[in-house]
Amino acid sequence: MTPGLDPAAVAGYSQHPPRMGFFTDTSVCIGCKACEVACKEWNAVPEDGLVLTGMSYDNTADLSATTWRHVAFIEQPATDGDLRWLMASNVCKHCTEAACLDVCPTGALMRTEFGTVVVQDDICNGCGYCVSACPFGVIGRSATDGGAHKCTLCYDRLGDGLMPACAKACPTESIQFGPLDELRDRAQQRVADLHAAGESRAQLYGADPADGIGGAGAMFLLLDEPEVYGLPPDPVVTTRDLPRMWRLAAAAAGSLIAAAAVACAAGRQ
Amino acid sequence: MSPETGGPGPDEHGPDEHHPDGHRPDGHRPQGRRGGEKQLVPEAEFQSYYGRPIVKETVWGPDIPSYLFLGGLAGASSTLAAGAHVTGRPELSRALKCGAAGAISMSMVALVHDLGRRTRFVNMLRVLKVTSPMSVGTWILSGYTPLALAAAASAVTRKLPRAGLLATIAAGLLGPAVASYTAVLLGDTAAPAWHEAHRELPFLFAGSAATAAGGLGMLTVRPGRAGQAIRFAVLGAAGEIAAKSMLLQRLGAAAEPYQTGRAGQLMDISEVLTAAGLAIAVIAGRSRAGAPLAGLTLMAASALTRFGVFEAGRASARDPKYTVVPQRDRLRDVRPES
Repeated sequence: MTPGLDPAAVAGYSQHPPRMGFFTDTSVCIGCKACEVACKEWNAVPEDGLVLTGMSYDNTADLSATTWRHVAFIEQPATDGDLRWLMASNVCKHCTEAACLDVCPTGALMRTEFGTVVVQDDICNGCGYCVSACPFGVIGRSATDGGAHKCTLCYDRLGDGLMPACAKACPTESIQFGPLDELRDRAQQRVADLHAAGESRAQLYGADPADGIGGAGAMFLLLDEPEVYGLPPDPVVTTRDLPRMWRLAAAAAGSLIAAAAVACAAGRQ
Repeated sequence: MSPETGGPGPDEHGPDEHHPDGHRPDGHRPQGRRGGEKQLVPEAEFQSYYGRPIVKETVWGPDIPSYLFLGGLAGASSTLAAGAHVTGRPELSRALKCGAAGAISMSMVALVHDLGRRTRFVNMLRVLKVTSPMSVGTWILSGYTPLALAAAASAVTRKLPRAGLLATIAAGLLGPAVASYTAVLLGDTAAPAWHEAHRELPFLFAGSAATAAGGLGMLTVRPGRAGQAIRFAVLGAAGEIAAKSMLLQRLGAAAEPYQTGRAGQLMDISEVLTAAGLAIAVIAGRSRAGAPLAGLTLMAASALTRFGVFEAGRASARDPKYTVVPQRDRLRDVRPES
């Protein structure tokens, strides 16, 4: 494993379990939303409105402070003239290079020994910076308690050797949980099988450590382009540009001092 | 269905229902015109999930653009105050120090007020993280604010002049950091209009801050004593205008969020006010009526610039095209066959 793929070690854990994550194989998702329900139940995430969106069977709409698993429903005309129905359970990506964690000013967001990213609710002061930083629009700020919330990959269950509630509840094993190395191998095998079966648009998402977030801790097998599912096609953690941004800000600050010097020197009597 | 134009939302409702002003932010030539709106870029060709946003719009309220203005005003005022102090302009220096102290105090109120959990504002001081512009900014403010308050207190009470001078100079050196770090704060987000503009925003903000501080000087000192403030405002406005035009030019069609909608209106009004304020300052800046009018106009222009930039970021996060199209283009450049 390359050091970049071991964020727990980067965060300072000398002894730690293997990096754990999800592989969500959307090709076998049946849209039952058991993951959404199991997540809400286990994590006691509050109800957040009962509305009809008109977006196929999706009345959840998106991930937020109160939705940590979200099943997307996409109705497409299939090649045979029939309907193709895509379903996909979306979740926090637990990025190798996590923007939310980078920008958090209080240290409330932290890396766990499993390489996942969690919010420590007793520290978060609700500044909302993580909400704007996430390139996937995953994390949200609760209107009820003012804090930021997102998927914890069931940190409490992992500590007891259990699998996350959503994976446990998934009846088709569309949501698979395990050590990320194993999941990546399994995902590559699965996409190869689907290609062999003629599903040419099948693709892995978040499985490439060379991508803009250093690879995701939650990868997906998709049957269409990511944006069709509401996922960014090429997300990049903006922290990568920070050194340049700081340099430019320093230059701008310097120019302000120079401007004041010029303005004052010219007026000297 | 072509993979370029399909997708659930556009497929069912047509792209224009979700994106009435939808064009793709790239360099392609317009393919057609519709509506009365000026067409800056061609029609959008991208897929989305029912036209829903991908990245989240900021949860920050009007407190934050207000702070962008007030923090900039305070920081640049401290710098000009230091210059005025050491070049023997006590009246201008004192006015600017008081303005900086007031503006940074209001900034603190705005920053705490915007938090989801206000009583925990002090948690900002648990850590120092260079990867978090908000953390760095907190520490800059923690250093700057007491200095700005001390400089003002010494100027008003005329006590401890030596300590007052030290505080004045230190605040003057830290002030520009207060004024420019906020550009990094916005640049280091997934809001497309903010991140795309991360090269020019520091200079835009620094210029806007100088415009406001110069305006404050014109507003608060007797006419005829605002010469340094006028020159500072002229330099600031020139920097602001240059940075903004560079931003629009480099971003090309991706600058659309800065040119349309509410953000576009705010930026346009700001530009007019900047020009008007500068004209009044140069022509009538030494008159009893002209100086405060120019000062107010320039301060308003600076505030509107901040609200305009803030709104552009919000608008760009709301519309998935600003997230999808540049990323798609990037992938196409890297892997032309896909």
